[in-house]
Amino acid sequence: MVEVETVTGVRIDKERCKGCELCIGACPKGVLAMSTKINSKGYFYAEAVHPENCIKCGLCAISCPDVAIEVYR
Amino acid sequence: MSKVVFKRPKALADVVTHYCPGCSHGIVHRIVAECIDELGIQERTVGVAPVGCSVLAYNYFNVDFFEASHGRAPAVATGAKRARPDLIVFAYQGDGDLASIGMAEIVHACNRGEKFTVIFINNTVYGMTGGQMAPTTMPGQVTTTSPYGRDVNQIGWPIRMCELLSSLKTDGFIARTSAHSPAEIIKTKKAIKKAFELQVANRCFTFVEVLSTCPTNWGMMPIQAQKRIEEELLPYYPLGVFKSPNGDASKS
Repeated sequence: MVEVETVTGVRIDKERCKGCELCIGACPKGVLAMSTKINSKGYFYAEAVHPENCIKCGLCAISCPDVAIEVYR
Repeated sequence: MSKVVFKRPKALADVVTHYCPGCSHGIVHRIVAECIDELGIQERTVGVAPVGCSVLAYNYFNVDFFEASHGRAPAVATGAKRARPDLIVFAYQGDGDLASIGMAEIVHACNRGEKFTVIFINNTVYGMTGGQMAPTTMPGQVTTTSPYGRDVNQIGWPIRMCELLSSLKTDGFIARTSAHSPAEIIKTKKAIKKAFELQVANRCFTFVEVLSTCPTNWGMMPIQAQKRIEEELLPYYPLGVFKSPNGDASKS
């Protein structure tokens, strides 16, 4: 958990992600995209492809129905 | 150490839900759990789960839960709240549960002014049983029991619960919000927080309807389903606060 607290930006739990893509629509900066890999449930998961553009607004996290995203500033 | 912008609320259990990808239930669960955390009421909160997709809600919150029979969540919540007025009681119901078989319970609980909170998820369809027509299904909407679309001449128009309940004279807080965009999700959080605050202050019956998506039974991608709420549902189901205990109804 210490590792989590020192991270800044978005942190996506890929095992929780069901690939609904709502976070991608919510992000104003195009940080997120779908991975070409799948998780253990067989879903394509979201990942931060441009973490340098993230403004830590948290809109992806509040849009996520599976609460798979955490945001740190 | 970095500052937390968003983290999983404590009142939300650390499990993966059974909901379909893109279902709004998860968003509303998270909002309810956040409100419980922020008001510090986790130890004295009791939820009432309905029958429907959210029947397993008791697995997803770290609070005590009842499981009510179909539509009867407001009756169970009435019992809990009257027996233990110190508890914070909320019923979490879908539209097939609340607006159909549970119509009598919700109307009379509202009319008696029972001081608990009802979270009403309106996704215009029966979800768990396979997408049948609900009383809230939109005109022309194709479901498994209305294959030619809902015919309003035969079945009538969708029931608008907020308008119906706000016509009752008894004091209450009645609001309709939506979960189709980040801005609306923030407004939904405000309305649900207000409802819980009013209950903590022991003021009145509180009811928040949330327009939600059902991508699976609508046969749409989650993002398309959010657009459908904006384009099809909002003209028929206007958002806003329909009744507040001070009497100052304001539409957003």
